[in-house]
Formats: sequence, C-alpha cells, structure tokens
Amino acid sequence: MSSLIAIVLLPFFGAPFVAWLGARWRPAAAGVAVLITLACLLLLGIAAWGADLSHAQVVSFSWIPLIGLDFAFRLDGLSLLFSGIILIIGLLIVIYAQYYLATEDSTARFFASLMLFMGAMLGIVLSENLIQLVIFWELTSLSSFLLISFWQHRQEARTGARMALTLTGLGGLALLGGVLLLGHVVGSYNLSVVLNAGEVVKASPLYLPILILILLGVFTKSAQFPFHFWLPNAMAAPTPVSAYLHSATMVKAGIFLLARFFPLLAGTEAWVILVGGAGLITFLLGAYTALFKHDLKGLLAYSTLSHLGLITLLMGFGTPLALVAGLFHLINHATFKASLFMVAGIVDHETGTRDMRRLGGLARHMPRTTLLAIIAASAMAGVPLLNGFLSKEMFFTEALDVSAGWGLPLLVTLGAVFSVAYSIRFIHDTFFGEPSPDLPTHIHEPPLMMRIPVMILVVACLAVGLAPALLVGGILNLSVSAALNAPAPIFSLALWHGFNTPLIMSMLAMFGGLVVYLARRPLTRWHEQSLGRLNAKTPYNFVLRALQLGSETLTHAFDQGRLQPMVFWTLTTTLAAGLIGFLHFSAAPLFGSDPQATPFDGITALGIIIMMGLALSIAFIHAQRLIALLVLSVIGLGVSLLFVRYSAPDLALTQLSVEVVTLILMLLALRYLPQTSPPDRAKRRRLDAFLASLIGAGAATLTYAMMSRDFASIAGYFLENSLSQGGGHNVVNVILVDFRGYDTFGEISVLALAALGIYALLQGIKLPPLTPPPIATARLAHPMLLQTASQLLLPMTLLFGAYILLRGHNAPGGGFIAGLIVASAILLQLITYGLPADGRALSAKAHGAIALGLLLALGTGLASIVLGYPFLTSTFTHIRLPLIGDVEVASAMMFDFGVFFVVMGTAILMLNRIIHLQAEEPHTVTTKEPH
Amino acid sequence: MAILFALLIGVLTAIGVYLSLRAQTFPVVMGLTLLSYAVNLFLFGTGRLASNAAAVIEPHATYTDPLPQALVLTAIVIAFAMTAFVIVLALKTRAELGSDHVDGAADQPAPPTAAHKNTSC
Repeated sequence: MSSLIAIVLLPFFGAPFVAWLGARWRPAAAGVAVLITLACLLLLGIAAWGADLSHAQVVSFSWIPLIGLDFAFRLDGLSLLFSGIILIIGLLIVIYAQYYLATEDSTARFFASLMLFMGAMLGIVLSENLIQLVIFWELTSLSSFLLISFWQHRQEARTGARMALTLTGLGGLALLGGVLLLGHVVGSYNLSVVLNAGEVVKASPLYLPILILILLGVFTKSAQFPFHFWLPNAMAAPTPVSAYLHSATMVKAGIFLLARFFPLLAGTEAWVILVGGAGLITFLLGAYTALFKHDLKGLLAYSTLSHLGLITLLMGFGTPLALVAGLFHLINHATFKASLFMVAGIVDHETGTRDMRRLGGLARHMPRTTLLAIIAASAMAGVPLLNGFLSKEMFFTEALDVSAGWGLPLLVTLGAVFSVAYSIRFIHDTFFGEPSPDLPTHIHEPPLMMRIPVMILVVACLAVGLAPALLVGGILNLSVSAALNAPAPIFSLALWHGFNTPLIMSMLAMFGGLVVYLARRPLTRWHEQSLGRLNAKTPYNFVLRALQLGSETLTHAFDQGRLQPMVFWTLTTTLAAGLIGFLHFSAAPLFGSDPQATPFDGITALGIIIMMGLALSIAFIHAQRLIALLVLSVIGLGVSLLFVRYSAPDLALTQLSVEVVTLILMLLALRYLPQTSPPDRAKRRRLDAFLASLIGAGAATLTYAMMSRDFASIAGYFLENSLSQGGGHNVVNVILVDFRGYDTFGEISVLALAALGIYALLQGIKLPPLTPPPIATARLAHPMLLQTASQLLLPMTLLFGAYILLRGHNAPGGGFIAGLIVASAILLQLITYGLPADGRALSAKAHGAIALGLLLALGTGLASIVLGYPFLTSTFTHIRLPLIGDVEVASAMMFDFGVFFVVMGTAILMLNRIIHLQAEEPHTVTTKEPH
Repeated sequence: MAILFALLIGVLTAIGVYLSLRAQTFPVVMGLTLLSYAVNLFLFGTGRLASNAAAVIEPHATYTDPLPQALVLTAIVIAFAMTAFVIVLALKTRAELGSDHVDGAADQPAPPTAAHKNTSC
C-alpha cells in the first residue's frame, strides 16, 4: 500500500528532472514524462491488484500529531477510477503533445508543468486527509495557471490563466473553510472517519455553511454556473492542456469531490436545489452557447461545460442510481471529449486555423482523422452503439425518475437537442462542405503518433458502447460503492433496455438536433443580436476593477510616500488600541496597593527628575544636533546609574559601554549630516506634541499600573538552579548563556547581520562631509598627551576586558560587556593614532572575529548534540589550578566566548567602516603623519 | 519611587515619539534611542526596583529578579545595533539622495501624483 505515496510523489520529484533533462535534449522531456506516467500506472496496478478494494486501503504517516493531522493516502474504488483516468489519458496526452508542440516551444517547461499537475491531481484523488486534499487542490490551480499561460507572449493566454487562477483560487479558499468546518463538526480530518459521520454532519447547524463553502470550491473548479466563464477563456492554453486539464481531469475534480462527499452531504433539499440547479443551468447554457461558437475549441469548451453540468445535475439528484449514471458519463466524457480536443488540435496543426467559418472539406485530405472525429462526435451526441448513448439514456431515466411533472424531462431533452446540433456542426463544418478559399491546399494527415492517442480513445468509446458491463461494470461498481460508502445499487449496463421513454427522448433529441442544425443560420443571427451580447466576463471584470480601485484608493489614503504621516497614523492606531484596552479594563482597580513599594530615596529622585528635565529639553533644542546628542548621552549615563542603583550591575556595565560606542558612532555620523535641523511648521509641531504626550501618559500609566500590583515572579527557578545546574553564580549571565542560550544565539546572529548590513550599505559610498574640519583640529588631530595615555591604557583595557569576560559567569561581566570594552579600547587607538592607510585589514579581522564567535557558539551547541543532549545543553566541572585554586569551568563559558567575539567584531566592523569614510576624503589624507 | 520611575518612562517615551515624528533623519535616530531607553527601563521595571540585591549567588543574600535583566541586557545590545544601522541608513540616504529628509526629498505639501490619484479614485 505504501506504493500509493510513490504514485503521488513520483510526478513531483520527476518534474525537475524532466525540466533539467529536457533543457539539454529536447525529446528527453516527453520520454521521461512517459516513463514517469508508466511507472505510476504500474504502481497503481500493483497497489490495486492484491488489495481488497471493497473497503478503502489507507496508509498514513504522522504529520502534526499534536492536532491529529496525518499525511495519509487511501485507495478505494473511486480513487482507483479517477487515478486510472488521470494516468491513462495523461499518457496519451504526453505522446500527443510531443508531436503537437512547435519546435520553438519549450518542451522542458511544458512537460515539467504537466507532471506537476498530474502529481497534484493524483494527490487529490488519493488523499485520505482532507487538509492534504485541499493542498493538492490548490496545487492543481497553480499548475493549471502555468499550463494555460504556457504561451506567455499571448495576451489572451495571460488573461485566461489569471482568470482561472482567481476563480479556482477563491474556490480553493472556500473549500478550505468548508473542510475546516467539517473537521470541526466531525472531529477528524480523515475521510475514513468523516465519511461515516453523514448523520452528524446533516444534523449539525453548520451543515449549510459547510455545504455552501464546499460547493463554492466544487463549482469554481468544475466551471459550474455562475463561475463557468473561466473555462472558455482557459482555451488559450495549448490544445493538449485543454484536452487533459480542462475536459478530462481537472474540471472533474469538482465532480470527484461531489462523489467523495456524497454520503456526507447529499440527500438534503439544499443539496438538490444547489447542486441540481447549478448543474441544470450549466447543462443548458453550455449546450446552447456551444452551437454558436465558431472556434472549434470554443465549441468544445462550452460542450464540456454542458457535460459537466449534466454530471453535476445527476449528482444533484442525490440517488444512488444517479450517482452510477454520473460516474459512468464521467468516464465516457473523458474518452470522447479528450479525443475531440485532440482532433481540434490536429486540425489547427494542419490548417493553421480553428475557425469553422473558414474550415471545410477536410474529409478529402484527412479521411482517417475524419472517421475518428465522426465516431467521437457521435458518442458526444449520444448515438447508439457508442458509450455516450448509454450514459445519456441513464441520464434520461434518472431525470424521469426524480421528477414528478414534465418540466425537467423536457428541459433535459432540450439540452440534448442542442448537444446533437453542435456535434453535427463540429463534424459537418470542419470535414465537409466548402472550405474558405484562403485555406492552404496541401493539407494532409497528421503524424501517426498524433493520431494513435485519438484512435485508442475512439476505440474505447466503441468498445464501452458495445460491451459496457464487461469493460466498465466492475470498476463502476467498485467506485460507486466507495462513493456511497455502502454497497452499490443494482444497475444494468446494457445496450438495449427495450422501447421506453428514454429511447423516445433520445430519438427526439436526434431529430430535433438535426432540425436545429439546419436552422443554425437564422438562429445564430438571432443569438448574436440578443443573448450573445450577455457575457459573464463583464461583471467579473467590473468586480475585479472595483476591487483594484478600492484597494488603491485605500492604500493611497494612508501611504502617500511620506514617512511622517505614516508614523503618525501608526502611532495613533497604537494609542487607540491601548486606549480601548484601558477602557475595557474592569476586572480590578488599575493601580494596586503596592505592598513591596520601593522606599523613597531623595538622591535617586533628584537624579530621575534631572533626567526628565534633560529629556524635555531635547524636544526644544533638538535642532542643535551636537548639543542634543550630548544631552542624550547624559540621559544614557543616567539610565546606567539607575541600573546600578537598583541591583543590575550587568546592565549598568552594558549600558555604559554601549553608551560610549554609540556616542562615538553618532558623532562620527554627524559630520556627514547637517548640524542643524530646519524648523517644522508650528501646526505640525503642536499636533505631534499632543500625540507624543498622550502616548507618554499612556506609557507612564501602564508602567505604574504594572509596578504597583502584586508581584509574582518565576525568578525562583533561575535563582535555585543557576549554581546547581548552570555552574555559575551570576544568574543574569547564566540565563543568557545557559537557560536562554538559544535566544542569545539568535541575538548574536542578529548583531552579526546588522554589522554585515552596515558594511554592505557603506560599500562604495561617496559622501563629502558637510563641515570641513576646523584648522585647529587638523593640526591637533593626534595630540601627544592622548597618545601617551592611550598607549598605557591599551594593555590595561585589554586585560580588564579579559578579566570581565572570564569572571562573567560568577560576577557581573560576561561576553557582551567584555566585547564592548575591548572594542572601545581598539577604537581609542584608531582615534588617537589616526587611521591605517587601508581600513580593510581591520575590517577583515572583524569579519573573522564575527565568524569565529558564531562558530564557537554554534560549536558549543552542536557539541552537546554530539554528546546526546539537546542543543546548547551545558555542563560544568571543577578544576584545581596551582596558585589560583578551585576553578569552575562551564561549557557555557565557551558560548560566552562566542558572544564576546561577535560583539567585539560587530562594534569594530561598524565603527571602522564609518571612520574609514573619513580616510577616503581628501581633507584627512593630509593629516596623516608618521608617529 | 515607582511613580517617579513611571513618570520618567512616560517622559522618555513622549520625547522619543515626538522626535521620531520629525522630518530629518538625525532627530528620528535620537528619538529611537530615547524610545529604546524607555522600553529597556520598562522591561527592567517588570522585575521591580530592589536595592542591594544583585542576582549574584552569595551566602545569605536577597536577590532581585534576574530574568528581566537578562532580557534587557540583550535588548541594549540589539538597540545599539539598530541605532547603528539606522544612522548608517541616514548616511546612505544623504549620499544617494543628497538630503537628510526622511522622505529623501525636501518637505513638500504632497507629491502631485499621489494627490491626483486621491482625488480621481
């Protein structure tokens, strides 16, 4: 049974191979495609041979076990029938297409897309899991898009492909919704469970939404009214695609779903009205319109609509016998319609046109093709001795059975009249009568290999017509019982059922069809002046344009390409969201009683008030950028003092070193930017200030509300386990490198990316500084005193950095802080001694440090995997060193080394790049002097 | 103390928001820095303000909550990287577009094309 998975996956994995090989050697594409299809057929045969198909064979793998999703396939009669049709017709189409495609068409692309489609289609019919089925369903829409737009240079191909994708894509979404609801009602997404829950589903209040959503998927896919119009537009595809996707298989996916969900959804009034109604309208509309289409493929497209409508109508009847008739007609339609499409392709291929007003008399040039076409078209018209006749008789019988009056049988006969008429037109206008004088005269039979697939299908039409019970009785019985999820009803497939009402209806249709065909000229004139002017495309285009305009308007209203209004609206929305939260909050008083209130402390309070004053002053002096920047950095120092005051030595150290590096960075950048900002308009300032104070008030309220409440923390866990499991006394550091090591790993990766981004952004940048350096600074660029001091400072700072790094696990410090300290030591050297002529050497070293750091961190993580623990599990041990004594060594320290290298490399890389902008300008080159 | 702390966060946020609504890149970068101070202090505040309680395991000591501190520590470093990136972006904007306006061009009422589309739709 596991070969089922191979059947579905083989085309998917084969497709890239087809494309790869086909691009190198043209015939290989079709060759490989044939091999893949044959292999799938063989696998299907193996799977079906030994299995007892009277109940479904399921093979499944765990996919997302947490929510009960399996990757599961099933083989039963219904899926066997459909996968058989998909593979057999697929094989014939591949052979036909090889000769159909012109030399300038890319066979690699064509056959690869075709294989993708085949895999997706097999996935639909063989799926046990419904979610998985919907995924394959969407894949058929996508591959159909690729195939319809195969001739990308043609406008109508692009339009048709887009329309098909829009409609079937929307339908796919609806189907997903329906399936999710279904799974919710039943409690499982597995068909084996779902199919037995018919009573539950029908009794559920969600039945109608489920039905409507699933039917939206079905009707869009199977081109049922009112979503039928994409199918004629999809005829811009190459003919093999039309034959395969748009008549034999993909459009039948909807029918497949109707049959699949038959025991679940059928039999209610809503089902009869919706499914039957759509089917009947499509049946009549398609048959009627087909007669007036002058394009061979257009005629076949509308005829396909009509036949799909017929099958849908049968499904809509909701009786088991109607299901038999529907599936039987589905087989028959696949055979005769695919062959007729291939004939249309042959005519197009040999004459260069598909317009029946120009064609004629081809019987003289291609008698064999003519014969094949006549048989296939007769099957389509429902002529006795052919398969189409049998299923149409069954259709009439069912129509008579379910209806009380004469209305439905009459309408059904009317549809049949038109289908006879367009079948006659297809044959007569193409192969007989007078051709247009501008048609080429040297028309001949197509290559044999193009005719053989047609021949095989036509023989099938005849054979099934003559010996239906023998050839399709078995598979029909199996598939019907699988679709019903119950034993199939007793039905008889025979050529002769006696002289009964259905036979009379057939004869009426034949006669009426002939009459309508003879009267086609006045009818066409009348049609083109009345009903022919209606076009479902018009409302579709209207809706599409309205949607596009609407979204454009909405987008432009918010996005005018200006940052300030966008930031303003984003912040306003945030404020509104927060406000709604505040207003709806009623569970407890906003502010708590603060049992563990921090005692008041005058000095700290003074510091905080000074910080607030400084922050407020920035709002007024921000136009004087240098001063504002210095004030900003004083606030930063204040923040780090607050960290010191409230027991966060690690944070204070980090904030302090970050503040130093940031200040240098901003000062450097300010040289290349204007020193002052032009004033804003007063109105804008007032509005911004208003919004800012509201947001500030919100932030303050939120903070106080949070801080004044009862305090329950998970800190206990970290405090208890830091020493015993992480091997470190400094809990903050242990959390960083051990408990939450994975997060830290992500964060240092972000740092590395930011550094590389900055490096790349500044590559090759031309940026003259706006302010030339004052003469005094140029002379005093490298003052002696600073040089001497920094010479002394360098080894001390490096030593201190190493000390901070090593003690980080047990005392405030660690990789982040040490990295910044070492970076600032090196930056001090850069500033005091001027720049090396080429900054690249240092950049390269910084790159190396970042890479080394990431590798160290990753290596620490991987080492624990190698030792059989989860990623980044840490361990520690005690080592007794001479002189120093007992030293605790944790593997997490290795990780901290990694952090150190990344942070140091990042800081140096960023700043060196900006400092180096200066080296490229002519001013500072002159100041470079030997030290 | 918590009230003052909350007020400080409010003021830092307000000024940060105000600056990030300015039309030139440099004030926006300063505004983002102020905002990151406010956010870091807020996160720090979730662990409450405790004196002489550093989360370093010693005999007979009381400890503050170490988890917000670990979160804030990485946040400080990431904020540094973000500030650096944004300021470099500002430099790049000036180099490519010759202006330090946030829209890359001097302050205009509204681009005529967008305004035109607005009225026509």
